[in-house]
Amino acid sequence: MMHFIDRRLNPKGKSLPNRQRFIRRAQNQIRKAVKEAVNGGKVTDIGHNGRITIPSKGLNEPRFKYDYSKGKHDRVLPGNKEFSTGDQIKRPPKGGEGQGGKKASEDGDGEDSFQFSLSREEFLDVFFEDLELPDLVKTSLKEEVEFENQRAGYVRVGSPSNMDLKRTMRHSLARRISMKRPGSEELNTLREEILDLEARGRKTKKLKELHERLEQLEHRRRFVPYIDPLDVRYKSFTKIPKPNTRAVMFCLMDVSGSMSESMKDLAKRFFMLLHLFLSTQYERVELVFIRHTHMAKEVDEETFFYSRETGGTIVSSALEEMEKVLKDRYPLGDWNVYAAQASDGDNFASDREKCLAIMGDVILPACQYFAYIEVMDEQELEIFKDEQNMTDLWRIYAQLTAGFEQFAMRRVVKPNDIFPVFQDLFSKENAGDG
Amino acid sequence: MAKAQKIQEPLYEGAEWSFEKLDCVYDAIEEIANTELGLSVYPNQIEVITSEQMLDAYSGIGMPLMYNHWSFGKSFVQDEFYYRKGMRGLAYEIVINSSPCISYIMEENTMTMQALVVAHAAFGHNHFFKNNHLFKQWTDAEAILDYMHFAREYINKCEERHGVEAVEELLDAAHALRENAVDHYSRPVPMSREMAQQRIDDREEHKRGDYRDIWRTLPLKEVEIEDEEVKSQRQEAIMAKFGLPEANLLYFFEKHSPILEDWQREILRIVRNIAQYFYPQKQTKVMNEGCACFCHYFIMNRLFDKGLITEGAMLEFIDYHTRVVAQPDFDDQRWSGINPYALGFAMMQDIYRICHEPTDEDKLWFPDIAGSNNGIEVLKDAWANYRDESFILQFLSPKLIREFRLFQIHDNSALPHLKVDAIHDSRGYKKVRSALAKSYTVSAMTLDIQVADVEFEGDRAITLRHMVHDDVPIDGKEAEQVMRRIAQLWGYDVSLYCEDALTGKILATYDVTAP
Repeated sequence: MMHFIDRRLNPKGKSLPNRQRFIRRAQNQIRKAVKEAVNGGKVTDIGHNGRITIPSKGLNEPRFKYDYSKGKHDRVLPGNKEFSTGDQIKRPPKGGEGQGGKKASEDGDGEDSFQFSLSREEFLDVFFEDLELPDLVKTSLKEEVEFENQRAGYVRVGSPSNMDLKRTMRHSLARRISMKRPGSEELNTLREEILDLEARGRKTKKLKELHERLEQLEHRRRFVPYIDPLDVRYKSFTKIPKPNTRAVMFCLMDVSGSMSESMKDLAKRFFMLLHLFLSTQYERVELVFIRHTHMAKEVDEETFFYSRETGGTIVSSALEEMEKVLKDRYPLGDWNVYAAQASDGDNFASDREKCLAIMGDVILPACQYFAYIEVMDEQELEIFKDEQNMTDLWRIYAQLTAGFEQFAMRRVVKPNDIFPVFQDLFSKENAGDG
Repeated sequence: MAKAQKIQEPLYEGAEWSFEKLDCVYDAIEEIANTELGLSVYPNQIEVITSEQMLDAYSGIGMPLMYNHWSFGKSFVQDEFYYRKGMRGLAYEIVINSSPCISYIMEENTMTMQALVVAHAAFGHNHFFKNNHLFKQWTDAEAILDYMHFAREYINKCEERHGVEAVEELLDAAHALRENAVDHYSRPVPMSREMAQQRIDDREEHKRGDYRDIWRTLPLKEVEIEDEEVKSQRQEAIMAKFGLPEANLLYFFEKHSPILEDWQREILRIVRNIAQYFYPQKQTKVMNEGCACFCHYFIMNRLFDKGLITEGAMLEFIDYHTRVVAQPDFDDQRWSGINPYALGFAMMQDIYRICHEPTDEDKLWFPDIAGSNNGIEVLKDAWANYRDESFILQFLSPKLIREFRLFQIHDNSALPHLKVDAIHDSRGYKKVRSALAKSYTVSAMTLDIQVADVEFEGDRAITLRHMVHDDVPIDGKEAEQVMRRIAQLWGYDVSLYCEDALTGKILATYDVTAP
C-alpha cells in the first residue's frame, strides 16, 4: 500500500547554506554591485529592491565545451515552411539563436552577467559592512523593553472593567430580536387590557385567553434573558513592545542661489544614506527637513529638494528652527537626535557668533551625531585644498570639532565621494574613539 | 483504446485535492498501470511539498540529499529570482531514480494535476528507470539514497577537518570535470554506503603498506644513467600502468594524481559517482519524457473512459497536456530546441499507431511491428532496450517527419551560406532521421578528451588530447579555466592539444603552468 507523505511542514530553507556560500563566494562582486547601486541609482530604492546584477566572472563554472560558432554542423529543425533540398540560406546574424544574456564589456570580449535578488538584510549587511553607529549613548534602549497596551479587537472573557457596553448591548439586542423576547411595552399593554377587562368584572373567554397569553409571554421573558453571558464582550488589549529605539533625523540644507542642482543632488544622497543607515539601527526614524536662505523653514521632502529659493545665507536661522522643532516635538529623553547639514559653506560674516553659540550650547549637546558636509565643485576644491583657505562656515564649525566627538565634517565633490565619506564618518575607528 | 466498460462514479470533483482523494486516484491509476499497461515499477514514495521546498529541491540538482556547495546556491538564487519575478514557473513534480522511487508533488497543484503527475512520474518515469538498460547498467536505484547520505556526511566531515575552503576548491575543480567523469565502455560496480566506507578503510590500510615508486624515486639519479631508449621504454610502461589514453579524467586524477590526499581522492570519487548516476538521464531525455507522457496520456484517458474523472477534469488535463507537448517552430519566438516531451510523446503515440493502424508506408518502413496489434509490448521493449539516439534511428517515421516538418541544415562556418540538406520528402527522410539521431549521441554533448601522456621523467607535466571532429573546436577560454583546475588536481603543468580526428593535424594547443 502506497502512502502519500506530507512534507510540507518539513523545515524550509534547505538551500540556505548553499545560498550563504554563494554570497560569500560572490562577496567582492556583490560589494561592488551594491556600491554602484548606492552611488548610481535612485537612493530611495536602496534596500527595497534587492535586484542586483553582478558579472559572472569568478562565478563561472567552467567545463570543456564546444565552440559551436565554428566547424561543420548538421542541425535538424522543425517547422519547415518554404525550404527545399539544396536551398542556400543566408546565415542568420550572430547571437540570433536566442541565448542572449551576453553583453559586451569594455575590453571587447563578451562577458556574462548574472542577475539575482538579495534580501533587504543581505543587501544592507553588505552596504553597512564595517560600519557601526557611533556613540550610542542611549543604549538603555537596548536593554529594557517597554510595553504598551494596544487595542486588539474583542473577546468573550475578560475583567468587568474592560467590558464593552455598546457591543454587549448590540449582541443582546440582536439575540432578543431573534429569540422573540417580548418587550415590556407589549406586556404592559396586555396587562392593562386584562386589568381593564377584570375591572369590568367579566369572566369571558377572552380574559382567559389573555391570561394564558400573558403567562406565555412572561415565561418566554424569563426564558430569554435581557442580557445573556453570551452577549458580553470585553475589550481586548495586547502588549506590544514600545518602539524603544526611535530617532529623529534633521536634514538641514542651504538652498540659496549659490547651491547648484548638482550640489543639492550630492546633499540628497548623503541624507538618504544616513537615513538608510539609521533605519537599520532604529525601529522608527522620523525625518525633519529644514531648508534655509537668510531665513529657515521646515518643509516637506519634495519642497526641500526641488523648490528654489533666493536670498542670502544665514545658517543660524536653520539652527534656530531646529532648536524650536526639537523643543516642541522631540523631547530629549525620548529621542535620539541625528542631524546632517549640507551647505556650500557660504554664510554672512555677522552670523558667525550666533552660529557658534547655538551649535555649541544647544544643538551639539542634544545630538547623538551631527554631520556637516560641504558640497563644492572641482574648482572650489582646488581653492580650498589649502588648510588656510576655508569657507566661512567651515571656519566656524572647525572650532567645534575639538569639543564634540559627535561632530564630523567633510567635503564632497562628486557622487563617488559620498560612499567613502559615509564610510569614513561611521567607521569603526571613530566609534571606538568616541 | 476505448474498451466497453461500465461507467463509474467520478473519484473526485473540483480542483481541491486531499490525501483521501489522492489515495483513491492512486489506486485507480495503479490498476490501469498494472492491468492495461503492465508496467513494472519500483515501489512509490510520493511526497507533497510546498513551492518553497520545490525551489530548494531544484538546487542540489534535484537530489533529496546533496552536499553543500556554492554553485548550488548560485542556481538557487537564480531560480528564485526568475520564479519570484514571474518569469519562470516551477516544475509540477520532481522524480528521483531510486528505490523506492521518490516523487515530489506540489501543494499548489489542482487535483487533476496531482493525478496527472502521479501517472507521469510515479508510473511513467518510474517504469522507465526500472526497465531501461542504461539505468540498469549505470545506476543503482537501491543504493543511491544511501550513497548520497554517505557523500553528504563525508564531505561535511572533510569540511570540519580540512576547512570549508579547501573542500570548496577541490569541489570546484572536480565539478569542472563532471562531464569527463564517465567510463564509457566499462560498466560500474554497484556502490552502497557500507561498501564505500569499507573501501575507505581498505584504502587507509593499504596506504601503510603502499609505496608509490613512481613518485618517490629520485628521478635525477636515474636520468643520468638512462639513455633515450630505456627512457622511452619506461615511458611506455608508465602509459600502460596508467591505462593511457584515459577518457575518464576524474577517475585518472583520483587514481594517479601525485599530490592529492586520500580524502581528496574520495571526494573526486563522490563527484564521479554522482556524475555517472546522471549519465543515463542525459542519453534518454526524449525517451524518458516520451514514456512518461505516453503513460499519463493513456492513463488519464482510461480514467475518463471509466468515468472516474469528470469532463471538467479531462479538459483541464488536455489543456495542460497540449502545452507540455507543444513544439514551437524553429522561427518561433518560443523556439529553444526540440522539446523532448513533444518528440518523445509523438514518437510513442506513433509507434502505437503503427502497431494498430498501419498505413502502407508504415508497412514498408516498419515491417516488424506494423499491424502487430501489440503496441504496448513494442513500446515496452523500446523503453527497455534503446537510448535516444538508437530509438530515433529506429523508430522515427516518415509520417512524424512530415508532421514536425523536420529539415536538415548543413552549417559549415567556412562557407557564407547554410545549406538545406534534406527536408520531409522521400529523399530526405533517412537523412533527417540519422542526423537527428546523431545530435543525441554522447559525443554530440561531450568532447572527446583524454589524458594522452604523462611526462614522468622531467617536469611531470600531463598532456590532454582533444580529438576534433567535424572541425568543431573547443572553447579555448573555458578550456584554459578548466585546465587551471586540473593543475590544482595534478600539481604540475597541464597542456592540451587539439588533434583533427581525420588528418591528425594539430589544430591548437593550450598550456597552463602549475599553481
